Amino acid sequence: MSTLLEVVDLKSWYASIQVLFGVSMAVGEGECVTLLGRNGMGKSTLVKSLMGLLAPRAGTVRFAGQDLTGKPSYRVARAGLGLVPEGRGIFPNLTVRENLVATAHNQRAAPGPWTLERVCEMFPRLRERSLNLGANLSGGEQQMLAIGRALMTNPRLLILDEATEGLAPLIRQDIWRCLERLKASGLALIVIDKNIGPLLRLADRHYVLSKGNVVWSGPSAALRESPDVLQAWVGV
Amino acid sequence: MSVIVLLTQLLNGVQLGVLLFLLSAGLTLVFGIMNFINLSHGSLYMLGAYFGAAAYTATGSFLLAVVAATGGSLLLGLIVERVALARLYAREHLDQVLATFGLILIFNEVARVTWGPSSVYIDVPGTLVGAVDLLGLSYPRYRLFIIGVGVAVAVALYLLIHRTRLGMLIRAGASVPTMVGALGVNLARLNALVFALGAALAGLAGLLAAPLMSVQPGMGEPILIVALVVIVTGGIGSIRGAFYGALIVGIVDTVGRAFLPELLRLMLSPSLARAAGPALASMLIYLVMAGVLALRPQGLFPVKHG
Ligand SMILES: Nc1ncnc2c1ncn2[C@@H]1O[C@H](COP(=O)(O)OP(=O)(O)O)[C@@H](O)[C@H]1O
Ligand SMILES: [Mg+2]
Repeated sequence: MSTLLEVVDLKSWYASIQVLFGVSMAVGEGECVTLLGRNGMGKSTLVKSLMGLLAPRAGTVRFAGQDLTGKPSYRVARAGLGLVPEGRGIFPNLTVRENLVATAHNQRAAPGPWTLERVCEMFPRLRERSLNLGANLSGGEQQMLAIGRALMTNPRLLILDEATEGLAPLIRQDIWRCLERLKASGLALIVIDKNIGPLLRLADRHYVLSKGNVVWSGPSAALRESPDVLQAWVGV
Repeated sequence: MSVIVLLTQLLNGVQLGVLLFLLSAGLTLVFGIMNFINLSHGSLYMLGAYFGAAAYTATGSFLLAVVAATGGSLLLGLIVERVALARLYAREHLDQVLATFGLILIFNEVARVTWGPSSVYIDVPGTLVGAVDLLGLSYPRYRLFIIGVGVAVAVALYLLIHRTRLGMLIRAGASVPTMVGALGVNLARLNALVFALGAALAGLAGLLAAPLMSVQPGMGEPILIVALVVIVTGGIGSIRGAFYGALIVGIVDTVGRAFLPELLRLMLSPSLARAAGPALASMLIYLVMAGVLALRPQGLFPVKHG
């Protein structure tokens, strides 16, 4: 499996407070990787640093052979990273349909690109709600919209930050099923989530973060056999 | 007779209103989307008038004057935004006010040096001279033309913002700008585009006003203050708010100046009315703004975020 994303020794600050202390990680083509760790350990900060939303002060981010370190977020997105951010970040004043098409692109000219039709097929709720404003959706619908919106940018790697947080169990299952389909289609994934069970089934490898450092990494099988790791660093 | 006068003043108010709308549209978009206070927006109005007047004097074609005014201010707006203002988006409002106030001084001086300190006048274009008969009301053709242009621009802007992909991005950028960038849109370019569009409309407003008023250094500041009243009254960031706010302010100002002194004469002693009338009339739009702010702090037509 060839490496798609490679992060080396990334260090990030918020103003004068250092949050990432040299994080290294990699995601292969079509691979599903998770970031685990308690609240406030730097997972979302790592995502922001990858996406160009926060400029890292040291380290490198390479994606599909391109150096993306410190590049503006639109360049990162165009290179093929799709983001479903923590808090969903949907456009409240746009309709569902507008949310999906406003930023849609296929900069890499991927074959068989995502269309409105395909997204609505995956999330039929969105078709029903297509003329509603983003602000008027339920949490689950907003999450589907955030995923659909990211897919419409035809990414090679999709990052989901707490995509099932605050959702009802049934909706959560929908989201997990959707992620399984996406993985099966060959899309690489970085998933951040509190639900270890589904992650162990879905993901290939895991990175455990604590206080801005990677304290453990390995495949699902190894993590299953190390309940102490989960106990110590993730709190499960 | 007095109905005719009232209708005429009402139309004059609408005409001032659409001019104010052209000026306010860019101001409100830039303020609403980039959270940027651009006091030098009035300078683009002034320079648009100068560019247009120069082209009109040189060629005699009002159409070319329109092209020069809008194109010239668009280009100038783009340069100013890229060179100076884009660096100020992340700064405090006080920094923005100081910097754009500095730009006003520079642009006024440039105008003085280039076109002289005295006023430049241009004529109403030949085909728009004279009056139109509106169901018995004789009204200047050129003022009617301004109203038509303003309404056409308002409709075009509405369609742009609500029916096109660019409009979606403008609205999206106003609510969650970071995500617009993180989904692959060059936000800096989007901002520049919005700014340039606003600049072009300001330039157009300057040219349209030129045959009615004189073109002179500093002409942008008084009207900029009124435009600020418009966008605050209408609701910052809202094109619809700018449109209705501009009409309200235009009509209140015009009709107030025309009739308030007479009205006061009915209630106060003549000398007091003579003194208070004009003063009160010129304060009227600020009183309206204060009233709106007291009752609806978000303005009359705030941007819907849900
Ligand atoms: N915008 C911010 N400004 C300052 N500090 C922040 C900001 N966002 C997060 N932090 C801090 O950075 C640390 C890591 O946060 P975050 O990356 O959001 O953690 P996680 O996603 O793992 O829960 C926390 O201590 C948090 O308080
Ligand atoms: Mg987080």
